[in-house]
Amino acid sequence: MGLTAKSTGIKAVDMGFCIKKLTHNDSVIALAGNPNVGKSTVFNALTGLKQHTGNWPGKTVTNAQGICSHNGENIVMVDIPGTYSLMAHSQEEEVARDFICFGNPDGVVVVCDATCLERNLNLVLQTIEITKNVVVCVNLMDEAKKKDITINLKALSQRLGVPAVGTSAASGKGLKQLMDSVLKMLKNGNENAIVPHYTVPVEEALSVLVPILSEKCAKKNVNPRWAALRLLESDEKLILNLNEHIGYDLLADKDVSDAIDAATKILQDNGISKEKLKDIIVSCIVLTAEDICNDALVYENNRYDSFDRKIDRILTNRITGIPVMILLLGFIFWLTVSGANVPSGILSGIFKMIEEKLLDFCLYLNVPEIIYEPLIFGIYHVLTWVIAVMLPPMAIFFPLFTLLEDLGYLPRVAFNLDKQFKKCCACGKQALTMCMGFGCNAAGIVGCRIIDSPRERLIAMLTNSFVPCNGRFPTLISIISMFFVFSVASPFQSVIGAGILTLIVLLGIFSTFAVSKILSKTILKGQPSSFTLELPPYRKPRIGRIIIRSVFDRTMFVLGRAAAVAAPAGLIIWIFANVHLGDMTLLKICSDFLDPFAQTVGMDGTILFAFILGFPANEIVIPIIIMSYMSSGTLTEFESLAELKSLLVANGWTWITAVNVMLFSLMHWPCSTTMLTIKKETGSIKWTLLAFLIPTILGFTVCFLFTMLTRVL
Amino acid sequence: MNDICSLTNLDVGQFAKVGSLLSCGSIRRRLQDIGLIEGTEVECVLKSPCGDPAAYQIRGAVIALRNEDAENILVSMSKEV
Repeated sequence: MGLTAKSTGIKAVDMGFCIKKLTHNDSVIALAGNPNVGKSTVFNALTGLKQHTGNWPGKTVTNAQGICSHNGENIVMVDIPGTYSLMAHSQEEEVARDFICFGNPDGVVVVCDATCLERNLNLVLQTIEITKNVVVCVNLMDEAKKKDITINLKALSQRLGVPAVGTSAASGKGLKQLMDSVLKMLKNGNENAIVPHYTVPVEEALSVLVPILSEKCAKKNVNPRWAALRLLESDEKLILNLNEHIGYDLLADKDVSDAIDAATKILQDNGISKEKLKDIIVSCIVLTAEDICNDALVYENNRYDSFDRKIDRILTNRITGIPVMILLLGFIFWLTVSGANVPSGILSGIFKMIEEKLLDFCLYLNVPEIIYEPLIFGIYHVLTWVIAVMLPPMAIFFPLFTLLEDLGYLPRVAFNLDKQFKKCCACGKQALTMCMGFGCNAAGIVGCRIIDSPRERLIAMLTNSFVPCNGRFPTLISIISMFFVFSVASPFQSVIGAGILTLIVLLGIFSTFAVSKILSKTILKGQPSSFTLELPPYRKPRIGRIIIRSVFDRTMFVLGRAAAVAAPAGLIIWIFANVHLGDMTLLKICSDFLDPFAQTVGMDGTILFAFILGFPANEIVIPIIIMSYMSSGTLTEFESLAELKSLLVANGWTWITAVNVMLFSLMHWPCSTTMLTIKKETGSIKWTLLAFLIPTILGFTVCFLFTMLTRVL
Repeated sequence: MNDICSLTNLDVGQFAKVGSLLSCGSIRRRLQDIGLIEGTEVECVLKSPCGDPAAYQIRGAVIALRNEDAENILVSMSKEV
């Protein structure tokens, strides 16, 4: 759900190593850390930016950067994806590692989770192996305190040989000290940074290779000891990148290859194969971390997480797990549906009043009809409709959803559903990308980077649009309100409305499973791959923050985008409705052309045409439909959903049409932003085309079958 | 007495010490990175509605693993705590 201007749409593709400094003297600091340790919160607090945060691993999938000014110095902070390790298994880990290794940052701040420091130290140690210029930021100190975990920062800093600063980024505590330490580190460096030691034969092998590499990499900012380990492990991809970075092929260098051979011989004489060496390297680092923690960490309460486990037992229980999930979804929809109607009505009332005033004003000024008509009946109508209909449900849905995200519920959803995904030979993390899709499918597609296997990532991308995004929610909600919930007053009917919406979403989820399975059995054949999923501790949501964040970051952004598309679309549709070719309007010609086909799938030409015009943004589909009907004359203004319904009914809508429009809204081509994102992420026209065809064909088929069924019955 | 078995044999609430990993390739590295090396104590804390995946407490973090992967992790059961 990373719905900010940065993470959605064309800008969603990461900026790579392109660092924007204010002046040449600015330092560049990379912000590394395990997933879900509040890295983005630290980043936002330091830079004043609004990178989206949430309590689940893998939030940040792209490099974001911002400027932090401290004591008169500007520091470019680069937020890199969260990783457990720098040994690169996935795309995101590669991005993180390549930036630390080859992005030439002046230093790295490794953000750690104070409540599980030991595991985090693994990354700290791996980073220190690459560069000594590290500051450790032990975040979530407040959470650790609540769990009776005491951290001796002085001892930690002493053992690591780099500064360690405790922070609670959410409340801003400790950040000043953090930046003080960063500036100090940039000035003085960390001479005494720890060097993780390995077993005797490994050290012996290193002693052969390191001196040679020190010579060869002297000017290239590469730590020879680290490079030597990677060469001995023969980490091929990394060696390629390393060669590119230093500008020549290390393995082709006679001195280097001789030294590698000699070192490998030492290892082999001691019975250490390449695989074994990898094991030794990882184990030694994990054990070093354990050892450091024994000195720096005190757990005063061994069952500090018993409350989390109690909640987990309910939320992931064999019997209650799935029903609770569906009920929760339904409850959120109920709040959205029942809460959105009244403000929607008030808003359209206000806009109507303004419209009359505007009209009077134009007449008073003698503005010619050809100017004010497209402006008011075109742009203004569509724009205000989009706002009146979209704003209330979004302002309710987004904060609620953000609340779940903040609590840490989403990874539990992935945990519950993983078995189903496995049956479809897909990855459980696909559930997380689907959750992102609720916000915006383009964001969901970028989020698919958290899935390691390329095959499973493609499946997740191709099926993401089966989750209705916020642009399609208002369409669904308004149709449900008009056709299936007749009076706002009765709470029982809004329950029905929420129930229908839940069913539609469940149908989307079901289609995701079905299509994933079909893809796995046909063009994307393969076995489900291994994966690990962290279930983070539940965190107390920060209500104030949630409201601010979801209203400003998401609602306003999405609304802004919708409005930006709605205005020109309003104009276009007005032109289509008013320009005559012969005795027919352009609109009539287009919808008449589509009509025969649209009728077979239970809709009409106008609706299909609206979906086509809605390609840049799904939000405007319903407004276009209404505009089109109104322009053909029966009714020229509307105030309430009831009037709107009579407009639709007058144009031949039945409940069958309504269902078909909802089904088609759930399953049709993804919007243009999503398509562009798929193209960027897959780098292939073929997959982009498939992402277009799969939901479109399925949508037409489902609507056709439904229509046939109702005609037969 | 300690029994050698795979991680999947653990019931919720049972502890075990990691013996060796049979998995190889990138998943082996990943499992090691999250702290599953010889001697690490783990506890099975949750099973999902279908029993697969299950979640384990590993060095302070709760990590869900699919049974296919957990099967390749040999552990020795600790006595009831």
